[in-house]
Amino acid sequence: MASSASSRSKSQKTAGPAVFTRDQELHAYREMLQIRRFEEKAGQMYGMGLIGGFCHLYIGQEAVVVGMQMASIEGDQIITGYRDHGHMLVCGMDPKGVMAELTGRRGGLSKGKGGSMHMFSKEKHFYGGHGIVGAQVSLGTGLAFANHYRGNGNASMIYFGDGAANQGQVYESFNMAELWKLPAVYIIENNRYAMGTSVSRASAQSDFSKRGLSFNIPGEQVDGMDVRAVREAGLKALTWCREGKGPYILEMQTYRYRGHSMSDPAKYRSKEEVQKMREEHDPIEQVRARLLREKFATEDELKAIDAKVRAIVAEAAEFATNDPEPDPSELWTDILV
Amino acid sequence: MAVNVLMPALSPTMEQGKLAKWVKKVGDTVKSGDVLAEIETDKALMEVEAVDEGVLAAILIPDGTENVAVNTPIAVIAAEGESADAAPVTASKPVSPELATQKPAAAVSASDAPTAPVVAIAAASDVPPGTPMVAMTVREALRDAMAEEMRADEDVFIMGEEVAEYQGAYKITQGLLQEFGARRVIDTPITEHGFAGIGVGAAMTGLKPIVEFMTFNFAMQAIDQIINSAAKTLYMSGGQMGCPIVFRGPNGAAARVAAQHSQDYAAWYSQIPGLKVVAPYTAADFKGLMKSAIRDPNPIIFLENEILYGQTFDVPQMDDYTVPIGKARIHRTGKDVTLVSWSIGMTYAIKAADELAKEGIEAEIIDLRTIRPMDVDTIIASVQKTGRCVTVEEGWPQSGVGAEIAARVMERAFDWLDAPVVRVTGKDVPMPYAANLEKLALPNVGEVIQAAKAVLYR
Repeated sequence: MASSASSRSKSQKTAGPAVFTRDQELHAYREMLQIRRFEEKAGQMYGMGLIGGFCHLYIGQEAVVVGMQMASIEGDQIITGYRDHGHMLVCGMDPKGVMAELTGRRGGLSKGKGGSMHMFSKEKHFYGGHGIVGAQVSLGTGLAFANHYRGNGNASMIYFGDGAANQGQVYESFNMAELWKLPAVYIIENNRYAMGTSVSRASAQSDFSKRGLSFNIPGEQVDGMDVRAVREAGLKALTWCREGKGPYILEMQTYRYRGHSMSDPAKYRSKEEVQKMREEHDPIEQVRARLLREKFATEDELKAIDAKVRAIVAEAAEFATNDPEPDPSELWTDILV
Repeated sequence: MAVNVLMPALSPTMEQGKLAKWVKKVGDTVKSGDVLAEIETDKALMEVEAVDEGVLAAILIPDGTENVAVNTPIAVIAAEGESADAAPVTASKPVSPELATQKPAAAVSASDAPTAPVVAIAAASDVPPGTPMVAMTVREALRDAMAEEMRADEDVFIMGEEVAEYQGAYKITQGLLQEFGARRVIDTPITEHGFAGIGVGAAMTGLKPIVEFMTFNFAMQAIDQIINSAAKTLYMSGGQMGCPIVFRGPNGAAARVAAQHSQDYAAWYSQIPGLKVVAPYTAADFKGLMKSAIRDPNPIIFLENEILYGQTFDVPQMDDYTVPIGKARIHRTGKDVTLVSWSIGMTYAIKAADELAKEGIEAEIIDLRTIRPMDVDTIIASVQKTGRCVTVEEGWPQSGVGAEIAARVMERAFDWLDAPVVRVTGKDVPMPYAANLEKLALPNVGEVIQAAKAVLYR
């Protein structure tokens, strides 16, 4: 689905992204599958009343974070909005801790005080989890500023959606990032709908790769359903940053299968549209088909991976169901250092 | 007819300045637009242009004269062939008589020019006896505090509009670019929402940004990042990720800048758990609290005041003078009534206490210094002594800091109160521009005296 349009005179790709090795394909498959199964379980637990409030599932968009993570190096930071479970899992945060945060239990990554949209891990360089649409773009630019200030060679990966891309602070951040040549990769996850509003109804310029043009920030559109294309674009963008050339924009053309949140009936799009995406562009099925076609793995081997992933998710769900709620004294802790 | 050239006001809050240099000399022909002289304010060196045409007949204030009050005649311009003697001898009448009463005496010569008042402050308890004092302005105290902390910690940097090359819109960051370089003293575009977010993001990685807002009025564009990102992240992360950042800048009314530039945010920020809110009055407290704020691992709202920037106070001359956040200071002891104030509100409280003393009323003044966390213990101890309490602030009355103090006193010292707590506040209106209306909108010394007498039933 990539149009491979580019805001600068980038060479048009015709041959498709570079092929993955067997290990890369298997890694991508496992990581994406873990996010898919985790999110399916979270959806189920929401339905059971174990998870409250807002819960935004990442199903359908898995290739974006997995491909980007495969392109990053240790120390590169990640920051995103409220659709954040996949980002946390891919950077190695404990699935038990994530799920227990969703259920608001004491073993949750934020001790049950953050919830679905607010988790953090300094150790894994994950800076949230932010519930205010677009806020993570300025914050993420601050992470890039810190890399630049320290000269540590790292870059920050700043995820936001096609909806957030219309917030004013995004462009304030673009301006400063380019002005100061900050190592920031802006990853716009264009899943076509900002809650219920389609891109065409909300965006005067719907080619998000061009949103940095007036700040001289290069950008490109990427097939966000193809993990190989994501990784390749990610490498290019991160290298650009590490060479001191400033920020880079990647528009990931992707799709969410579920509603905006668990309470969204998604009546703004047809069942056929969703079905077509699932059947023809599913990021996990693409890898699975290649693994079998290239004889990188047998059906049985893939089933074994699936079983392992299911066991991890089941363990997380079990923990998140049985872990006690936070002690009432936690109400008054962590307000000030 | 000869006309006087008057000492001009070159900023909304300027009351006096230095006549740095005459560019024209007596006998020179001048026409409108010619630069007559250079005037140094506490913020900048400015050129004064002639408005009238003629011959510079007399220079009344020589080069290098300090503290020349606004509206003082500094030169006489006469028509060709006219004598300088024909010049009017007094300053032209200011537009507003109300305003004139606020200005220093108009006739000032080099010899008897008034110096900025040095306000005597009881030494803080943590200053060793015998510590030498040095007189400095609030402006200098803030600059020194930031410079000392930047020398001590490479992770401290400052960003904001005009903080570097311009040397600060209010000259608070004067000299910092020269000492610390452009990596650590960073000019931003006019983009409060964006750079506040960048500061918070950098702080989440452990850097210690000082984010200057040219005034806190502009921080409303950034208030989402201050509250939703800076104040709440520690809690939302279960204690994992804090935000060691200082947001600072002038807050509240300056002078004649009208509604959008004259708002006091103390009450706004003081409502937010996860923030500390500081609003000092003396230069010593500005210095000591700024150093503490930079070292504090939490997000700090540091409210300054443009009118206080140029005021001079004694500051302890110590290698590392800090003042703890969250501790009020008894500015003046007294047994009859407790006046609680902070920041510029203190100027009203102090003058009122002086007047009350003449009538035999001993007011105790508490300088709150920190609005959040509020040092309620010090207020309560004082009210238990005096039985009466008046709060003084420039902010609005509804849900104001004074309202909070009144509630706390009622909760904890109801049985000691001999009268209801009275609030002196700014009036419940947007700040008007007209000089007389602006004066009416702000609290004044008379209102504080009246309030104190009311709670004393006198």
